[in-house]
Amino acid sequence: MKASVIVFPGSNCDRDIQVALRHSMGEEPQMVWHGDAEVPRSDLIVLPGGFSYGDYLRSGAIAANSPIMRDVVAKAGQGVPVLGICNGFQVLIESGLLPGALLRNAGMHFLCRDVGLRVENTGTVFTGHYEKGQIVTIPIAHHDGNYFADDATLERLEGEGRVAFRYCDSEGAAGEDANPNGSLNNIAGILNDGGSVLGMMPHPERLADPFLGGTDGKPMFDGLVEALS
Amino acid sequence: MTEMTPELIAEHGLTPEEYDRIVEALGGRAPNLTELGVFSVMWSEHCSYKSSRVWLKELHTTGAQVIQGPGENAGIIDIGDNQAVVFKMESHNHPSFIEPYQGAATGVGGIMRDVFTMGARPIANLNALRFGEPDHEKTRHLVSGVVEGIGGYGNCMGVPTVGGEVNFDASYNGNILVNAMCVGLAEADNIFYAAAGGVGNPVIYVGSRTGRDGIHGATMASAEFDDDSDEKRPTVQVGDPFAEKLLLEACLELMAGDAIIAIQDMGAAGLTSSSVEMADKGGVGFALDLDKVPQREANMTPYEMLLSESQERMLMVLKPGREDEARAIFEKWELNFAVVGVTTDTGRLVVSHQGEIVADMPLHALAHDAPIYERPWVPTPPPAALGAADVPAPDDIAGTLAQLVAAPDMASKRWVWEQYDHMVMGDTVQRPGGDAAVVRVHGTGKGLAMSVDVTPRYCKADPVMGGRQAIAECYRNITATGGQPLATTDCMNFGSPERPEIMGQFAGAVEGMAEACRVLDFPIVSGNVSFYNETKGEPILPTPAIGGVGLIPDIRHMMTAALKDEGDVLILIGEEHGHLGQSLYLREILGRADGAPPPVDLAAEKLNGGFVRALIWEGKINAAHDLSDGGLYVAAAEMAMAGNIGADLKTGEDDLPLHAALFGEDQARYLITAPSGGALDILVAAKKAGVPARLAGTVGGGELTVNGGLPISVQSLRNKHEHWLPDYMAG
Repeated sequence: MKASVIVFPGSNCDRDIQVALRHSMGEEPQMVWHGDAEVPRSDLIVLPGGFSYGDYLRSGAIAANSPIMRDVVAKAGQGVPVLGICNGFQVLIESGLLPGALLRNAGMHFLCRDVGLRVENTGTVFTGHYEKGQIVTIPIAHHDGNYFADDATLERLEGEGRVAFRYCDSEGAAGEDANPNGSLNNIAGILNDGGSVLGMMPHPERLADPFLGGTDGKPMFDGLVEALS
Repeated sequence: MTEMTPELIAEHGLTPEEYDRIVEALGGRAPNLTELGVFSVMWSEHCSYKSSRVWLKELHTTGAQVIQGPGENAGIIDIGDNQAVVFKMESHNHPSFIEPYQGAATGVGGIMRDVFTMGARPIANLNALRFGEPDHEKTRHLVSGVVEGIGGYGNCMGVPTVGGEVNFDASYNGNILVNAMCVGLAEADNIFYAAAGGVGNPVIYVGSRTGRDGIHGATMASAEFDDDSDEKRPTVQVGDPFAEKLLLEACLELMAGDAIIAIQDMGAAGLTSSSVEMADKGGVGFALDLDKVPQREANMTPYEMLLSESQERMLMVLKPGREDEARAIFEKWELNFAVVGVTTDTGRLVVSHQGEIVADMPLHALAHDAPIYERPWVPTPPPAALGAADVPAPDDIAGTLAQLVAAPDMASKRWVWEQYDHMVMGDTVQRPGGDAAVVRVHGTGKGLAMSVDVTPRYCKADPVMGGRQAIAECYRNITATGGQPLATTDCMNFGSPERPEIMGQFAGAVEGMAEACRVLDFPIVSGNVSFYNETKGEPILPTPAIGGVGLIPDIRHMMTAALKDEGDVLILIGEEHGHLGQSLYLREILGRADGAPPPVDLAAEKLNGGFVRALIWEGKINAAHDLSDGGLYVAAAEMAMAGNIGADLKTGEDDLPLHAALFGEDQARYLITAPSGGALDILVAAKKAGVPARLAGTVGGGELTVNGGLPISVQSLRNKHEHWLPDYMAG
């Protein structure tokens, strides 16, 4: 598998995803500068977390207009899998690859903590190594992760099984108590209509190493390597 | 030209005697306004350490592990394998009180620049925050703004904020403390210093443009507060963490090559202070052309440009001919890059603006000839001892514990540290909330343990003992995670140095710290002094905050405080005297602040700490926790809450009153646990080593009990412990 990680000015989880991919791939992903016109040939494109352009204007809004994003959108259109984590999810939404909006957290604070996620769709290259309904622990770290979409969009996402992850408690219940940011339907991650683009607020790369307190994020990268190699 | 009136001189925080020295330094002529401004900031308490310098030289600052002690942007220690740890703590107290978000944010930004200007990538931030009493009208607003500011800056930079402390006391009502610490990692053979060199080399300005913000920030930090402090809002700088993130990456990219001769961040007193320090340390002169300085606003005067404290700026001296290579890197990161001057052999700082020389000053006078004061001081009178018999016992021991774990200083600070990204960079192996935070050295199996500590009420009662205790507690916290304590940084927050009793507190704290650092081989390698922390004549508690760094050689042996397994045995390390003077119990439950603080036996600290560390490294124990505020009972409760499992705590066989045995704050103590089969070996080894140790109970169940009685559920303790702060902030 060849993977490319896009680096925007202000990206700050680029090294973290690089390490997680390296461990699962056994080789280095390519780090691609936002100013480049083209993503080199890749089986996977990752938009990392961070504060691209300082989150000025709106999280992800300026990065979505970076030169490289034209090619990311084009490649996504050709079916190349794209994973956007946290700020990467915000960029995917701003660039139109995923529907909806990510609003300020309901509690109005930046929040960094482990949360429970229920895996809702295992029929994708990203989630093939999880079980349907599996409850995993993955950290969040964001200020603007409150997923919002209009009723029609929400209905379509739910109806087409495009909600990949939902915030849940230790029993798997996706109630209000388990919702860290006010997201509609406890949505933590969504897919495009082909299932080849995933945007998620939680950071699977942060729990892919037992020394960091867990490895629930690792199956995502192992699964991608298996599916795309 | 502006006339030098006594009023103008006083407005610049200069005494008539200091003004006379300036005239003398200029060869008998009066300074112009620009020069007066430059002298006033360079000779301010904040920049010159004029009141503290005579005492600071008493500190212990050396050791085999020290690469760079105090005097540079940050201290540097050796952790082997060509890796060096670069760290420092600094105060941003006054700006944070006036404008909490920006004050705290730029404090974090400033300390990170101090670290990466030396060639280190920042890998962890910590902070020590002190606010007024919770029911003071401003406290909630200040907590909220400071926490958001710290998070806003550190989160955007992508540097994890992994630890610190948050305390409340009425003495900080009008003068909060925001002390920010940054720890970075560099290659030991690729460290950058401020000393400029050579003649005719280009002086380069990089980073954000210069605006009118922060003018005279250093002077503000060198005066007391009064009712008009709000009028000083314009002297607070505004931070742009995105610009700093770009500056960090651009600097590190340039530092991978060999184009840089010297580099210095523009912190307090901006362009002035960075130029003076670089030129003076290198024994050269600087000629600066202000027309070349990137400016955010039109028509700025030389005075404004030289004194601006606009953030996210650096000054460098490059090897001649390397400008284009450097420019390409900064342009890639979309940052300003300007050649603003040249090194000279004049030993003077010569500044031109629109074709005219607007300042011409000898560098030596600005840097070295700053006045040094031996301020009068009186030692703090020794406090009367307070025996346990003179401290009433509570009616309800377990209920008192519940009150203590939910006291403002003791309650969980989760509400704070969840607003900080404490996991970014993927190496946080012990998250906030434990004895020390632990961050892995990237790509290795080594870990850095870091903690910030001081007990201001001890320092007030007995500055010498308080100074010792701050170092000792930091040493214990690092030890409890399995770290070998290596070195410290200090942030000395005190009232006005012009008051003899305050200088007495300062002198005492320095004495106690110096002794402790020497005995524990835990030198101070960097730091900062913040005087004038008082409002309308009311000084803060003396607060010498200590930030320590230790090395865990193998993170597989890292230890946590959480109780682990049913049936494990608790062992108490250290002597028990039931010392209740200045204890948390006395303050929180009885509302008293009398007696002497607990004595600190440094030899016992070293012996007991070494014993616990060896047990951790040998894999013989499975939990360890330092005993401090609240004593044995609170420590056991914290371990139970962290592990979500109960314990039966046993008191010793001596005849201490129960409340003294449980709440006494005797020093040099740890509570550890071991599997039941291993406990005897530990007691035998302790006896052989001369370390006091006794069985202190067993782990198990859902309740914390004492000698089989006084049950209280761990869940109910957790609820109280976790809820105080979020409830308070929502209130």
